[in-house]
Amino acid sequence: MSISPTTIHWFLACKASDVPSNGGVCVKYGEEQIALFYFARKDQWYATQNLCPHRKQMALSRGMTGTVKDEPKVACPFHKKTFSLIDGRCLSDEAECSLSVYPVKVVDGQVYIGVNEETAMVAV
Amino acid sequence: MKIVVIGNGMVGYKFCEKMLTKSAKAPVELVVFGEEPRPAYDRVHLTSWFEHNTADLLLATTEWYEQQGIRLHLADPVVAIDREQRTVRSHSGITETYDYLVLATGSAAFVPPIPGVEKKGVFLYRTIEDLEMMKAYAPHARSGAVIGGGLLGLEAAKALLDLGITNIHVVEFAPRLMPRQIDDKGSLLLQEKLGQLGLKVLTSKNTKKITGEESVNGLQFTDDTFLKTDMLVISAGIKPRDELAIAAGLPTGPRGGIVVNEQLQTADPFIYAIGECALYQNMIYGLVAPGYEMAEVVAAHLCGEMKAFTGFDMSTRLKLIGVEVASFGDPFSPAGDCHSIVFEDRLKGVYKRIDITPDGQQLLGGILIGEASAYNMLLQTVKNKLALPADPASLLVPPAKDGASTGAGVDGLPDEALICSCESVSKGAIGEAVMAGHESFDDIKKCTKAGTCCGGCAPMVKDIITATLKSQGKYIRSVICEHFAYSRQEMLDIIRINSLRSFDEVLDHCGHGEGCEVCKPVVASILASLWNDMILAQGNDTAQDSNDRYLANIQKGGTYSVVPRIPGGEITPEKLITIGMVAQKYHLYTKITGGQRIDLFGAHLSDLPLIWKELIDAGFESGHAYGKALRTVKSCVGSTWCRFGLHDSVSYAIRIEERYRGLRAPHKIKSAVSGCIRECAEAQSKDFGIIATEKGWNLYVCGNGGSKPQHAVLLAADLDSETCIRYIDRFLMFYIKTADPLTRTATWLNKLDGGIDYLRNVVVHDSLGIGAQLEGEMQLLVDSYKCEWKEVVENSELRKRFSHFVNSPEEKDPTVKFETLRNQKKAAEWK
Ligand SMILES: Cc1cc2nc3c(=O)[nH]c(=O)nc-3n(C[C@H](O)[C@H](O)[C@H](O)COP(=O)(O)OP(=O)(O)OC[C@H]3O[C@@H](n4cnc5c(N)ncnc54)[C@H](O)[C@@H]3O)c2cc1C
Ligand code: SF4
Ligand code: FES
Repeated sequence: MSISPTTIHWFLACKASDVPSNGGVCVKYGEEQIALFYFARKDQWYATQNLCPHRKQMALSRGMTGTVKDEPKVACPFHKKTFSLIDGRCLSDEAECSLSVYPVKVVDGQVYIGVNEETAMVAV
Repeated sequence: MKIVVIGNGMVGYKFCEKMLTKSAKAPVELVVFGEEPRPAYDRVHLTSWFEHNTADLLLATTEWYEQQGIRLHLADPVVAIDREQRTVRSHSGITETYDYLVLATGSAAFVPPIPGVEKKGVFLYRTIEDLEMMKAYAPHARSGAVIGGGLLGLEAAKALLDLGITNIHVVEFAPRLMPRQIDDKGSLLLQEKLGQLGLKVLTSKNTKKITGEESVNGLQFTDDTFLKTDMLVISAGIKPRDELAIAAGLPTGPRGGIVVNEQLQTADPFIYAIGECALYQNMIYGLVAPGYEMAEVVAAHLCGEMKAFTGFDMSTRLKLIGVEVASFGDPFSPAGDCHSIVFEDRLKGVYKRIDITPDGQQLLGGILIGEASAYNMLLQTVKNKLALPADPASLLVPPAKDGASTGAGVDGLPDEALICSCESVSKGAIGEAVMAGHESFDDIKKCTKAGTCCGGCAPMVKDIITATLKSQGKYIRSVICEHFAYSRQEMLDIIRINSLRSFDEVLDHCGHGEGCEVCKPVVASILASLWNDMILAQGNDTAQDSNDRYLANIQKGGTYSVVPRIPGGEITPEKLITIGMVAQKYHLYTKITGGQRIDLFGAHLSDLPLIWKELIDAGFESGHAYGKALRTVKSCVGSTWCRFGLHDSVSYAIRIEERYRGLRAPHKIKSAVSGCIRECAEAQSKDFGIIATEKGWNLYVCGNGGSKPQHAVLLAADLDSETCIRYIDRFLMFYIKTADPLTRTATWLNKLDGGIDYLRNVVVHDSLGIGAQLEGEMQLLVDSYKCEWKEVVENSELRKRFSHFVNSPEEKDPTVKFETLRNQKKAAEWK
């Protein structure tokens, strides 16, 4: 899933200080779970679905973050499949489903995640 | 050009091979006569015939000769040479003309004129037939003797051992073993070592008579003593096979050997002699490397190249019955012309002597017994006249494994340095081959042949490959990942020397990018092994592997399991009740683990600190089941209850588990203590295991169960409790410092150069001189131990991380589902 900029809805996820440096947290958005990651060294934020498509585990927010050739990624704690945080594709297994990714912005120390308006309406 | 070769031994074969490569442009006709029934085989490794079969020893198959167009006549010795007609005639009547004739007839065992040598049960030791005959006779023999305490005699003694004969004597005429290679002290030490293996050595013994009716039953010596033996091998030296040359009127030496010049030509310029039958400047070269060099010179000469044989270094490194023996350069420089530096350790069975020039500038030669890892470098130092280090004695200390090698290393060698003397391959040639893309040892063996013969140069060849690749900016080290171009061991040193304390500091100091799931846990583990800081401290929390990050094991469905430490598997009823009550309260599935403790499954992330708190209040602590760390020390009940128990295995297991609890390592570590040899705790399947003996404890190391089970090996026997712990300190610390990531101790040992002997030297004999340091480092970790669970329970900042939703901390993950099985819950099956 991708977010088209015209229909974007920003919701408040948490305070920036709630997220560990170079790690992730899980954000609840209605019935959805979104994994939010903070790369402190470059001051970059990323968000993806929390569900690992491999065995359908709600676990990506607890995964280890890192880079491969400067592309940010997260590794699922279960079987260490890795996913790009830029486009959500699985880096360790081409056949694996991709993750949904979400835009993130930080305003006054508050972290906002952008979702589609339809999703927003269903979810809220 | 037609060349006839007489003799298809090691050197005769090598000549054919060299001739084929050199004459690629101008084809030659090669005809070979061999007396033995099979094509040339590796005589140097004759003794390994018992382990291998004949085919493994062959240097080339008969098909190879066919393919190369060589006419090979086996089991058909040449009986006459006609120098006028330039023909040879074989036993079966074949006559061949030649343009050039090469004598490669080798040598035969020298049989001293002792009455009785013809008796049954008396053998020589040179050919596969000799071995076959010995093997057929051995079942009738319980004792054996070897006449001759030189290199070949000791090989023969090894053969007797391999044949299952237990009572073996080696009889030497000289006052010491291997009189031509090593000195008195060295030979004494060798004798002691062989004694430990059950070989008895008699020196200064002159055999007068071989006794027995039809078969040998003993040896009568000139000093009127007698030795009973059922079987005898005579290995008193070699006698060059020069009978054909003599019959053809070619000059030979007074004690045998066909006289040759620098081109290996005999008095007849159309006839060459090479290998053990050739006598160059009154010397027979009884080793394979000089023989190969001779083959090279003749092949070159016949192809019009300028090359000469000018003598050959007789340095050797051998493994005699498991004991390393090496001599290099001139091992017998007269006392006035040199200073000797001697290192002797009777306990370890190591003796080393080097002779240096009086000005301390150059190495002349020396002897190494028991431990010869420095041989290649010392040999190169002599040959290339390399300058000695300021403290030459440092050359005798085994090379430190932690990178600091003694002397100049391969970088200091000139390109001409001959690395593989069997195949005469220089350092330069290996370097060139590496640059041409042959980057592995196997490739180098294929394209240069270096290391294919005796294999002694293999370590040095590997070093040269590495050095060449490095000089090209390539790394063949097992680097951790794209973010750190270092091995784990190098990382550990960097982190320690620079006192780096967090993953970010390490990344800043020597890494690139952001790190990843491979390097983060490695660095985190190193930091924990070095400093023992709380692993969830700021900056390192997110570098932990995800189980470490939550101090629990993630299980199907995303809940966790909790394993409190139960040292030695001993637990009071009160504590058992607590575990039961906690499990009931938090709805946990309970199971007894293989490591004698109790695992509680199905805990929600946010319940973890609550569960820990209750366990801690009842006196439990973390069991580190989630970490690459010490897991359990299993124990049997031991002498407190068991009627066989020798010592209190439970108390000792508890002491050990409490000492090493929380210790972070490259992989998990398991241990066990058994109260007697019945081994109920299965200590021999652990990374380190301890078994009680009458006199103390036996310490076994590097075993594991799992997918590739491997038994632990005995590191040291009959230790008192304190020494045993000191050795474990050293062993574990050495493992932590040198192992690759995610390498269990068994795999680590399998890859360790020198294997268990080396490890034993480091741990027990402190050969690297780091014993005290390792113990000190371990003590530091022991003293700074803290229960990680407790720290989380008591720290509200850390506790905050233990909730599923950052924006709804009270709420558990609603997607977690359980099913029921045998009255307990289980994780819902995943898709
Ligand atoms: C047990 C043992 C261990 C050894 N260990 C080592 C070691 O560790 N390192 C080392 O460097 N060296 C070692 N050697 C020595 C090494 O094997 C010899 O140096 C090497 O084999 C010599 O090769 P060669 O071709 O000159 O002689 P050989 O290998 O003896 O070959 C000569 C061949 O010529 C044949 N022949 C003789 N006369 C005739 C004829 N008239 N017509 C046809 N064929 C004939 C013989 O039958 C024989 O097959 C060891 C030797 C033995 C026996
Ligand atoms: S190993 Fe020995 S002491 Fe321990 S329980 Fe078994 S028999 Fe008893
Ligand atoms: S569940 Fe994520 S990798 Fe298997």
